[in-house]
Amino acid sequence: EDKEEDESEEEDNDSQRNRASRRKNYQRKNRDGKKTREEGSQKKDRGKTAPTKHQTKRGKEGENKQKKDKKNSTSASSNSSDEESLSEEELAMLKEQVEQKKKLISTMRNKPWRMVKKLSVLREAQDFVEKFEGALGKGKGKKLYAYKMMMAKKWVKFKRDFENFKTQCIPWEMKIKEVESHFGSSVASYFIFLRWMYGVNLVLFGLIFGLVIIPEVLMGMPYGSLPRKTVPRAEQETAMDFSVLWDFEGYIKYSALFYGYYNNQRTIGWLKYRLPMAYFMVGISVFGYSLMVVIRSMARNANESTADGDDDNFIFSWKMFTSWDYLIGNPETADNKFASITTSFKESIVDEQESNKDENIHLRRFLRVLANVLIICCLCGSGYLIYFVVKRSQTFSKMQNVGWYERNEVEIVMSLLGMFCPPLFETIAALENYHPRIGLKWQLGRIFALFLGNLYTFLLALMDDVNEKLAEEDVVKNITHWTLLGHHNSSAGNDSTVTPPPLDPADVPRGPCWETTVGIEIVRLTVSDILVTYITILVGDFIRACFVRFVNYCWCWDLEAGFPSYAEFDISGNVLGLVFNQGMIWMGSFYAPGLVGINVLRLLTSMYFQCWAVMSSNVPHARVFKASKSNNFYMGLLLLILFLSLLPVAYTIMSLPPSFDCGPFSGKKRMYDVIQETIELDFPLFVAKIFSYVANPGLIIPAILLMVLTIYYLNSVSKAYQRANAELKKKMQMQREEEKNKRNNKASNNPMLQDLEDLLTPSTKTESPPKQAEEKKIESPNGTSPVRKPGRGEALAGSPMASWRGAAFIPPSQVFVTQPRTPGVWAPYPGQPRPWGPPLAPLPGRGRGQPCY
Amino acid sequence: QDCTFFTRKEILRLHGRYHEMAPNVVPMDYTKDPDVKLPMQLIINMPELKENPFKERIVESFSEDGEGSLSFNDFVDMFSVLSEMAPRELKAIYAFKIYDFNTDNFICKADLEKTLNKLTREELTAEEITLVCEKVIEEADMDGDGKLGFADFENMISKAPDFLSTFHIRI
Repeated sequence: EDKEEDESEEEDNDSQRNRASRRKNYQRKNRDGKKTREEGSQKKDRGKTAPTKHQTKRGKEGENKQKKDKKNSTSASSNSSDEESLSEEELAMLKEQVEQKKKLISTMRNKPWRMVKKLSVLREAQDFVEKFEGALGKGKGKKLYAYKMMMAKKWVKFKRDFENFKTQCIPWEMKIKEVESHFGSSVASYFIFLRWMYGVNLVLFGLIFGLVIIPEVLMGMPYGSLPRKTVPRAEQETAMDFSVLWDFEGYIKYSALFYGYYNNQRTIGWLKYRLPMAYFMVGISVFGYSLMVVIRSMARNANESTADGDDDNFIFSWKMFTSWDYLIGNPETADNKFASITTSFKESIVDEQESNKDENIHLRRFLRVLANVLIICCLCGSGYLIYFVVKRSQTFSKMQNVGWYERNEVEIVMSLLGMFCPPLFETIAALENYHPRIGLKWQLGRIFALFLGNLYTFLLALMDDVNEKLAEEDVVKNITHWTLLGHHNSSAGNDSTVTPPPLDPADVPRGPCWETTVGIEIVRLTVSDILVTYITILVGDFIRACFVRFVNYCWCWDLEAGFPSYAEFDISGNVLGLVFNQGMIWMGSFYAPGLVGINVLRLLTSMYFQCWAVMSSNVPHARVFKASKSNNFYMGLLLLILFLSLLPVAYTIMSLPPSFDCGPFSGKKRMYDVIQETIELDFPLFVAKIFSYVANPGLIIPAILLMVLTIYYLNSVSKAYQRANAELKKKMQMQREEEKNKRNNKASNNPMLQDLEDLLTPSTKTESPPKQAEEKKIESPNGTSPVRKPGRGEALAGSPMASWRGAAFIPPSQVFVTQPRTPGVWAPYPGQPRPWGPPLAPLPGRGRGQPCY
Repeated sequence: QDCTFFTRKEILRLHGRYHEMAPNVVPMDYTKDPDVKLPMQLIINMPELKENPFKERIVESFSEDGEGSLSFNDFVDMFSVLSEMAPRELKAIYAFKIYDFNTDNFICKADLEKTLNKLTREELTAEEITLVCEKVIEEADMDGDGKLGFADFENMISKAPDFLSTFHIRI
């Protein structure tokens, strides 16, 4: 108890705020409650009740909130249960009450009560739980129970503190809020996405840095000791030049940033850290972690978006109640929003009033086909261009005097394509004349195809390069071998020392390290992509804004309203760029461990840079459309890219032999041999046996079959649920329409019911005054509305289970229609035949027979 | 903290904001549980609410006395419901309250007209207004009484795809 006192005092000193005071009150009550509990349980053992009542009262008086009826009743009930001895059922009832209270506490925040009421109910519930929790354990188990409760409470408190701490760590909250208030939620969703990506990349970086780079740097052989770690003699003069460094050659190439630096020693350092194994495992876990995180995020998004957006029953209602974005805090944006809402209402009104214009279907189709053909041509053209350029760069690398342009041609071409093709697609898409949202989807799909095509063409060209290098390697291997041999012989011949002076590592002829080359290429691509993005933002947004603002004074037409005007923030383009950037990172991280670090830096600077650019030079969108569904769309894209970038890496791991003189897998036949090696050498014998049994095809194939069957089963179950869902929706919708039609006195436009009406004899009874509903029917509190249709049809429509089997009821029930006092009570459950016997005497409510659910 | 969707840090921050609106009235020390209410005028000048056409209604529906003055409890309650962690049902309840201008627990035609005028800043003509209001009632009114009860409203809003994302204030 003293400790609690101290704790509460500390908190008071820290911050004299509401929260602390609440905590203090709570702990004071905690103490009271505990005391009460202990004393209460003791007293209960002896069967005395008076002191317990006294304690209860004291605890309650400690509160200074208004008394509520509920509280009184609870205290009364608790008193009564105190009085009786602890019989089994009392215990159970008590437990139930405690559970109820606990549930109340946990759902407190969902209740739509006033805060004051919530607080008082909460206090009271907490007190109750406090008091009786300890009493619930009986006999010897009491101590254990009390202990368990205490641990549970401590755990809850710990979890809450941890949550608090976590939210404190989320960066950039204020920045995003600023952007949100100026631009609305859709632009801010990009920045939230960016922040999430930053988090993922940070984790990946931590993994790679901690498990691969640091051990190598700390415990591996230092620079210059091994051939693979040293700049070859021939390159040493130029190794420090900036241009060489910029190309990621020179000293950077032979550093821990790239694959080639790592030694293939099985264990390094005094910890016997298995570096090659770690390298391999980290590479795989990068993909695994990313996959897990993306899927978890998608599942979370899917839970939230339950509504189907294409339900257009409520167009006007939604426009009225959900179009205002409550996040807006900037007058300019608010003006925009008002204008757009007004326009949207006007559009809908016009739509409502006019009939659809007659469109020329054929012309439209032709234009669309034409547009698609053009775009496919563009895509193929860009693919071929990239291939051509990469081939050219290979010939360049063999030449000696290459200018800066030739060296970077590939990257420049790819970035230019990425910059100019999307607007081109947009202008072509003007031919198609789609609804804006559909048009946006097409646009995104095309840009996606463009980037994908580019990336894969690049990879294919790179593969050619790799194969070339592999061929070259054999040659170099021989040369190295002979050189070393020759060196040993010569030095052995000179003096009689046993160990010949080792060849200076810089002089050893080196094989072309294809992995490092691949890593370098991807890193260069990423860097140039980053640069191009930044420059585009700078020029496209900032310079443009400056231009429009300052030159507007002396220009013929109004720049701000007319052509260049201020740029809008291109959400989809930016998100796609981010997604593709991430794809390249995933592809390259196996061959260049330092790439993830570069990406982390990039995301960090990008956040600040783009925030600044958006606030200073962009204007809010003139036409605002919702971004709610797009979230899952972008996650889906990310998932797709993850798989697509996994493919090349997996292919190279599985089928290409590693270089013989660089990297952690050098000397092995395939990279995954490292796993086998580790299993054989490091684990006890039986583990190897287990693995060899498990790897037996006889075991794996049934396992795969089982998984396929499970997938099939789950798929069909989910389809069944979807179908049931759709059925229910349809029924509800039908019912709603019937209601509306009845109300508006329109004829039912349901063809089946029309036929039904025609079938029936027109013995239209005017509605009998709706009487009290019999049995299960619930009448809605409406006045009578003139019913034109015969009661038959209405009751039919009113049935909730109005499956089409309802029609089968008509023939036997026609008996009712002809009778003067038609008991239109409809058996709510189809399939239960009504007793056709004597008509039911009291007139049941028919007419708008509200169905009972 | 059990009663809202905020963490401790956020509650403290809210208290800071509440305090800076009227430093001479709001005490820093809430251990005595003072009975301080800020009038509506101060609250609707907050930057988060300033541009909102429904700001008065929002403040009124969270205020305990119905006049629009918020105590700190109500203040925290308001932002908790409007935060992004509040569930849809809870938001729907309060949204209904907000749009019900004459507080008769129904959204009648007059309420709708007022809402529409606030949304469009009275840019629409009178016929357009009546047309839209009629359409809304036609679409959402299930029980045919000519106005929207809470059940109708909830039924309609639960299907709206962007209700959660627009009915959200970040603080």
